[in-house]
Amino acid sequence: MSTTVAVNWAAVEPIIPELLLVGIAVLLIILDLFAPRQRQLLPWLTVVGCLAVGVMVLGSRPAVAFGGMFVIDGYAVFFKTLCLTGVVVTTLMSEHFRRISGMHQGEYYSLLVLSAVGMLIMASAGDLMILYLGLELMALPIYALVGLHKTDNRTSEAAIKYFLMGGFASALLLFGMSLLFGLTGTTDIASIARVIEVHALAGNPALAAALGLLIAGFCFKVAVAPFHLWTPDVYEGAPTVVTAFMSVAPKAAAFAVFGRVLFYGLPELQLHWGPILAVLALLTMAVGNITALCQRSLKRMLAYSSVAHAGYALLGLLAGTTQGLAATMSYLFIYLFMNLGAFAILILLATEGNPRETLDDCKGLAARSPIAAALMLVFFFSLIGIPPTAGFIGKFYLLKAAFSAGYILTVVGAVLFSAISAYFYLRVVRYMYMDEGEQNMVFHFSPGMIAALAFCVLGVLGLGIFPGLLFDWAGSAALAG
Amino acid sequence: MIPLSWYMALATILFCIGVCGFLTRRNVIVMLLSIELMLNGVNINLVAMSYFLESMRGQVFTFFIITVAAAEAAIGLGIAIALYRSRRTVHVDNLNQLKG
Repeated sequence: MSTTVAVNWAAVEPIIPELLLVGIAVLLIILDLFAPRQRQLLPWLTVVGCLAVGVMVLGSRPAVAFGGMFVIDGYAVFFKTLCLTGVVVTTLMSEHFRRISGMHQGEYYSLLVLSAVGMLIMASAGDLMILYLGLELMALPIYALVGLHKTDNRTSEAAIKYFLMGGFASALLLFGMSLLFGLTGTTDIASIARVIEVHALAGNPALAAALGLLIAGFCFKVAVAPFHLWTPDVYEGAPTVVTAFMSVAPKAAAFAVFGRVLFYGLPELQLHWGPILAVLALLTMAVGNITALCQRSLKRMLAYSSVAHAGYALLGLLAGTTQGLAATMSYLFIYLFMNLGAFAILILLATEGNPRETLDDCKGLAARSPIAAALMLVFFFSLIGIPPTAGFIGKFYLLKAAFSAGYILTVVGAVLFSAISAYFYLRVVRYMYMDEGEQNMVFHFSPGMIAALAFCVLGVLGLGIFPGLLFDWAGSAALAG
Repeated sequence: MIPLSWYMALATILFCIGVCGFLTRRNVIVMLLSIELMLNGVNINLVAMSYFLESMRGQVFTFFIITVAAAEAAIGLGIAIALYRSRRTVHVDNLNQLKG
């Protein structure tokens, strides 16, 4: 069985966006090393590069490359766009954060771009091998990013916790994959679904074990309770801008592979994973929202809020319908705008030598900077799910999907916990508008920060008023996939 | 001929030893070793199944896992050194600045 392998450039065409991103990452390292005076150009090079790759991704034709290992369909394009948007907005915020915190720039931008390569590969993974490689390619740069700010005592603790938990989760995931390979004889996700259907393996106990391990591994990655324990520590300890990035892009990419494996690889087991995810979603929303109530640190509160939002996003997956998948996809996109926006304001609060991450630092924000307070208000309203923000529409479609799939108890729980969450978000709003704070703070809006904030607030309000654009796209992407 | 189930039992035992080690040990380096043990359990599983199913995919997968594990160890040890420099310890019980 030997075939000659000539270099066939046409076969490489589907992965050109990824290759270009790798090229940009290498270029960023080289520029950082050999042109130290031009360092202020690096963020802009990152932004332009990611935008160019984004255009290529949006223009790419549906294809199946490398013998089914690499799939470009609507689903992949949607998640790739989401992750690249996350990288671009994070980069826009980074310059401001770097100046305030004195973080050494070094390889920061190239690590960010390399992690984006991993996310793109995850979104396109048609094979468990590629899925694993993409996952690690995404995670390894982020471990380094978390620990990059070495002068801050907390970062290396956060990094080691994230690293150990990430490695453990990967190992669980791999054991699940090895069982799946043993049962079906293939690692191709589409073929796994076929083999399970043809050989009627749905009741096999080994398959149930594989499913359990896979779900546990993925739940670690997307921070779903009871596998969320690393999240608050890591999110609090990491540099704020990295936290913002981690809570959005890697989570979306992990949801992409979660959805891909469950919907395209194990649809026969929907009767098993639907109820499991329903319980996990309920638990996640409970833990995230209730623990967030008693936090004094704004950053840690946002970490728990991010756990809770992973629970909401699960509502669409557990429904097991195309409609549900589309709802999860749209919600992740909306979550990008509102969460990155909230973190951008948190970064703006920080001053040199004082990270200002507690709730008390928000006091009197409206008097000091009405614009920052108003933006925070919009993002928090969206996180609660108050119309006319996008968060409301997103949550509405998630609840609708779970409700029509018959998970009424979960939906009731979600609504209740969502109401509870209003308390801790609105408490911040009260501090901002009704309390007196120190007056000596000056806000510097750097150009990148203005661009990031404007983009986020436009996304939150624009998608709140015209949700059709996003939901039609997500719907067709979920169908086409 | 050793049957497949023996290999799978060995793999499962190795994996479980790794899980137990990860959950009970408190030294970062030993926890890292436990993760490697879990990965090696997976590798034995994949290679054994690959041999019995006569499919190359499992072996290819194993190569990727070994490669990634090496990269992972490099980053993990790097973080452990950074941690030791700032705290003078790699004991997870002493990593308690972040909690709540």
